[in-house]
Amino acid sequence: MYEAVVIGASAGGLYALRDLLSGLPKGFPAPIAAVQHIAPQSQSYMSEFLSENCALRVKEAEDKEKLMIGCVYMAPGGYHMMIEQDRTLSLSVDDKINFVRPAIDPLFESAARVYKSHLVGIILTGGNADGAMGLRNIKNQGGLAIVQDPLTAESPAMPQAAIDATNVDHILPIVEMAPLLRSLFDGGSNHAYARS
Amino acid sequence: MKDEDVEQIEIDLLLEGIRRRWGYDFRNYSPASLGRRLEHARKEGGYPHLTALLDGLLHDEGEFEKFLKYMSITVTEMFRDPPFYAAVREKLVPLLKTFPFVKIWHAGCATGEEVYSMAILLHEENFLDRVRLYATDFNKYSLDVAEEGVYPLHNIEAYALNYHEAGGKGKLEDYYSAKYDLGKMKDFLKKNITFSYHNLVTDSVFGEMNLICCRNVLIYFDKVLQDRALNLFNDSLRHGGFLCLGSKETINFSSVKKDFETVDSKQRLYRKRSATHV
Repeated sequence: MYEAVVIGASAGGLYALRDLLSGLPKGFPAPIAAVQHIAPQSQSYMSEFLSENCALRVKEAEDKEKLMIGCVYMAPGGYHMMIEQDRTLSLSVDDKINFVRPAIDPLFESAARVYKSHLVGIILTGGNADGAMGLRNIKNQGGLAIVQDPLTAESPAMPQAAIDATNVDHILPIVEMAPLLRSLFDGGSNHAYARS
Repeated sequence: MKDEDVEQIEIDLLLEGIRRRWGYDFRNYSPASLGRRLEHARKEGGYPHLTALLDGLLHDEGEFEKFLKYMSITVTEMFRDPPFYAAVREKLVPLLKTFPFVKIWHAGCATGEEVYSMAILLHEENFLDRVRLYATDFNKYSLDVAEEGVYPLHNIEAYALNYHEAGGKGKLEDYYSAKYDLGKMKDFLKKNITFSYHNLVTDSVFGEMNLICCRNVLIYFDKVLQDRALNLFNDSLRHGGFLCLGSKETINFSSVKKDFETVDSKQRLYRKRSATHV
């Protein structure tokens, strides 16, 4: 049913991402694309940190890279990251959106166009409103919207903005997200293994 | 028919119209960021639909000039990605210095910040006098800014940090004169730079270069157009010449991959193999 996951996080997001991703098994049957607002120079460290703390492969995105299942793609510092119809990633250095680059909205909006109702969007902790419009796009295309419970977020503004912008499906603490994702993608996993 | 299918028809018509009316071909741009830019241009122009924007672009040259500004990369910095400039200084300049005269092409130079950065670096390596820099772009507005070499002072001051991280040997303020809130790049940096119009999508080989610098331009192209541009660079480089791409761009998905060896994989410095290697 679901084919991809997109995640947006800002202030406090590095540990939130770690806690979420560490609950997912190696070979999780979908690609995961994530934007974490961070200073450009810290970016490659972030991918390494997450990679060391979860079973999935975590890497900084390359332009025109093909999305593979079981891999987490982090938007590079200073670049917006988007998903194309042929399910490759593309990058841009266009103006900041919502005062940030990478921004969550272009990833979510482009992913919603590609995956339509087969997409899961997740907004985690953060101190601004980036991602709220993108999550609304995902809902409008029939996708699933998950938001971190603002009461459990280090910075509640971003999850709250997402909740205010659209009718989200799940409002959860981080610990409950990985089990939900595992159950959502369980059927897909069996199919993928059966084919290969 | 769904809204997005109608929108795709509009995008196709718009790009075809622009190509036939003005000769600019955006059909092989990366669709996701192209779509965002078109949408931005539509909103800024106050048009209800992309086909209404097309109407404006077909019949009003002023509207097309405005549109071109939205379509080209204007986000740039001096010494953007300082480790790249440090790598050029350490790894490429010593090799380039073995030539009596060197030609460098900045393809897609936008408003010129990076070509001035290169000129400063070469000056500090006592090499600028033996180099001709060609800075090209398809956007005449950007080229005018580049040739003028005048930037907001608060931007230039912010570039000082980049300059030092890139291994700058002096002070960035040695290279511009400040007046009010503007900084003008000094003339000795400009005298070896030629600014000219060139479109990577439609124009052909550009001289025989020792180094080509094209950073964060190819990300806006789809794979077909990336391949065209990379072949153009391959054909414009001498054997043993260098190709420098943006830090997230790669030749690995292109047909020219076999023609280059990697000098620095992190900073995306490549060297064209000599004929004997083939």
